[in-house]
Amino acid sequence: MRTVGKSVIRKEAWDKVSGTARYTHDFQFTELLYAKMVTSPFGHAKIISIDTSEAKKMPGVRGVLTGEGLPLIGEAIKDRPPLAFGKVRYHGEPVVIVVADTPALAKKAADKVKIQYEQLPVVNSPAQAFQKGAPLVHEQLGKYKKDEDSYPVPGTNIATHLKIRKGDLTNFWKDVEFTVEGRYSFNPSDHVAMETRCSIAEITREGRILITTSSQAPFMAKRLISQYFNEPEGNIEVHTPLVGGAYGGKASVQLEVLAYLSSKAVGGRPVKLWNSREEDMITSPCHIGLDAKIKFGADRNGKIRAAEILFLWDGGAYSDKAIDLTRAGATDCTGPYGIENVWCDSFCMYTNHPYPAPFRGFSHSELSFAIERTMNLLAEKLKMDPLELRRINAIRPGDLTPTQVKLNKSNVGDLPACITKLKELIKWEEGEVVPVNDRIVKVKGISCSWKTSTIDTNAPSGAILTFNRDGTINLMSGVIEIGTGTKTVLAQILAERLKMDVNHIYVRMEVDTQTTPEHWKTVASRGTFMGGKAVLEAADDVIRQLKDIAACVLRAPIEDLEVADSRVFLRDDPEQGVHFKEICYGYTYPNGNAIGGQIIGRGNYILRGLTHLDPENGKGKPGPEWTVTAHGVEVEFDRKDLTYKLLRAVSVIDIGKVLNEKAAKGQVMGAMSMGLAFAGRETFVMDELGRILNPQLRTYRPLRYGEQPEYMVDFIETPQLDAPYGARGVGEHGLLGMPAALANALSKAIGVPIYHLPLTPELLWRTREGLLR
Amino acid sequence: MKTHNLVLRINGEDRQVTVRSADTLLYTLRGRLGLTGSKPGCLNGDCGACTVNVDGWPMKSCLMLAVEAQGKEITTVEGLHDAPIQKAFVEHFAFQCGYCTPGFIMNCHSLVNNHPGADDKKIKEWLESNICRCTGYAEIEAAVKEVLGKKS
Ligand code: FES
Ligand code: FES
Repeated sequence: MRTVGKSVIRKEAWDKVSGTARYTHDFQFTELLYAKMVTSPFGHAKIISIDTSEAKKMPGVRGVLTGEGLPLIGEAIKDRPPLAFGKVRYHGEPVVIVVADTPALAKKAADKVKIQYEQLPVVNSPAQAFQKGAPLVHEQLGKYKKDEDSYPVPGTNIATHLKIRKGDLTNFWKDVEFTVEGRYSFNPSDHVAMETRCSIAEITREGRILITTSSQAPFMAKRLISQYFNEPEGNIEVHTPLVGGAYGGKASVQLEVLAYLSSKAVGGRPVKLWNSREEDMITSPCHIGLDAKIKFGADRNGKIRAAEILFLWDGGAYSDKAIDLTRAGATDCTGPYGIENVWCDSFCMYTNHPYPAPFRGFSHSELSFAIERTMNLLAEKLKMDPLELRRINAIRPGDLTPTQVKLNKSNVGDLPACITKLKELIKWEEGEVVPVNDRIVKVKGISCSWKTSTIDTNAPSGAILTFNRDGTINLMSGVIEIGTGTKTVLAQILAERLKMDVNHIYVRMEVDTQTTPEHWKTVASRGTFMGGKAVLEAADDVIRQLKDIAACVLRAPIEDLEVADSRVFLRDDPEQGVHFKEICYGYTYPNGNAIGGQIIGRGNYILRGLTHLDPENGKGKPGPEWTVTAHGVEVEFDRKDLTYKLLRAVSVIDIGKVLNEKAAKGQVMGAMSMGLAFAGRETFVMDELGRILNPQLRTYRPLRYGEQPEYMVDFIETPQLDAPYGARGVGEHGLLGMPAALANALSKAIGVPIYHLPLTPELLWRTREGLLR
Repeated sequence: MKTHNLVLRINGEDRQVTVRSADTLLYTLRGRLGLTGSKPGCLNGDCGACTVNVDGWPMKSCLMLAVEAQGKEITTVEGLHDAPIQKAFVEHFAFQCGYCTPGFIMNCHSLVNNHPGADDKKIKEWLESNICRCTGYAEIEAAVKEVLGKKS
């Protein structure tokens, strides 16, 4: 292969190192107005009164909006007022928006808004929300509009309930000789993209709604605004330039709506709404928390025969994407193991916490923590090597997934091969615990994971190719460049198919929903697969058109023609040919006659064969394939003060096919780093009023330079037969097993099982002293 | 509202600008002078996305007032032209989304100029003030070490 597999430099690289790369907040013009939110200081409270009179009087203030009269919105269940109305349901919830001439004025005026609250009892965890008699977050749950796939239970805090019922339900535990059980929990946390979210909206005199937004889902923003406010879709144009990190957090539609409403409140003038870091962490959607209970039963050989799983997802104040997160958790609930009998209840619980967006891995790193800790409990009980236990149970072609999809050699990767490679890389034979001196030990932990996507069954992706007159090509795809390098990979896929130089392909980085073909959302590690399929089809479309014209010019049948190096030529006599530049805008004969015409390539892809899940047993096909992974972490642990240093982190991923090596490794290392930070230190610290005490980067600390381990990334290549060059999704997978692997290492280190995150020295101490269960 | 007419020396040019007393250098660069390469990530000194060089040293421009910047030589990422650290970032894939990149580059640029012999400890001391959420830092480390290696 000529281009695929090579570490092609990203198309936007020099813009990014020179400061010329533009993100949403970088767009500014003189007539722009600025919006500032007033947010709730409490987790749960009745709004007694809102007094905006003083703010309105301030010079330079152009508009003040409250929640009164706005429709309820939300993706799966319409349960969310865009601005709180009647009561607030989470700390940080937007209540009032002030629009003014400058950011400083808007802030000043926002500080003048007076809101009186009366506090209500707070639902502070999914487990509490699940208890009988818990305070209700939504009293009117039964009255909300919802889509068919959500199953809220009115009169409770249950926003949806997904069931997996697989195998022999009457003799569920029959072949089981050993059982283990664990209860796990962790709080919500945050994505912390370095670019905080930003949206700019304007409504023209013609009624056109123009939005620029830092989003993974501009097409969804367009659809939802149309749906929520009864605006024709054609009137809405959403632009997304480069996005400064997203990790799922920018797949939710929130600021777009608020910016649109703000613009509407000031007669359509352009308004920018930009999140401060604090707002980005708690006002905008966060990373989901979880309470889980797992029970595994195995026979004496270590084969797991039955699994009973309870997930209580922290859906926060509004269900939005949490419904899908709950479904995704159910879909892959067992981890990558072939288990015959599976019973899983996955509940989305309303709480008085910020509501979740997708987070890289979409419920899978979270569920893996619970599953993989339970695997280690089982290994201990069976006195078995934890890697061996995983090998015995590894899911394989021929097995059924929890939603009863029959696996084959294409739709699942090779987990045993990943485990073998991991064993070698992490030097498993050295032993799990290696003392350095009487205080310091080196400890290893491992885990496995898997993931399929659970996006809409009819999610589309499209690509358009146009030519420049010099024969170079412009590539337009609706995939957003959120940092993954996907647009460069798409150019590589195109270059490979056309056998041309990738430098002769220009990629449009910005997406706008009017002229870019839709890519459903840039999520779920599906950009390369779906966008790539669309690009391949567009490439074939271009090849066909080029050959049509060349056949005339060269007076040869189409079957005798070949395309390579930006030329169409005779296969048996390559010197006889025409360059793209001679035919891409039609061919002109010496006398002036022209034939052909401008070549425009089109391609699309729609996921095939996916189904909804049966509400009674979960049966159905959620995604096209499963990527499998094996992970390891090695730490240097201080037995005295319970601090530790990350030494090495390993990910072995069955990627199908490596398309751009450095980009793929970068994705995996970045995901690992994020997973280790989630595992080791990231959490919202909440008080009893549901207030988040650390919405700042000095109290909420992502990994910093020098704290990273040595990364070891390796790939297995079991091709997915229907994917471009066999490549599987990989953007999220480095993260999946990190929390579990670190927790397994540290459980070994302290000699007491760990059930909670994040793994701070204090948590380790509490666990060891028995102060936590 | 008190305003000041300033002349700031930025990227080798004298730029006239009117600012409020409370305007930060970051706000002034971006909002008043259109130099949007320096990024806001926290406005609190925690993330380093806004880092510029002031008289050759890294400075978080969200922590400096525009009025304090008078008489100083300010370099933003827009002021670098094919600096070795830029090239190294490109070749080592030392960014993904690119949002932290201007800040990292300005910090690294100052580091390699001021401490061409920097060891691991020194590099950590300097770079731990910036956050990159996309990469795992391995590529940034490789990029900065390559430039340091060529210097020493
Ligand atoms: S914006 Fe200046 S340090 Fe974060
Ligand atoms: S490249 Fe995205 S934060 Fe560093």
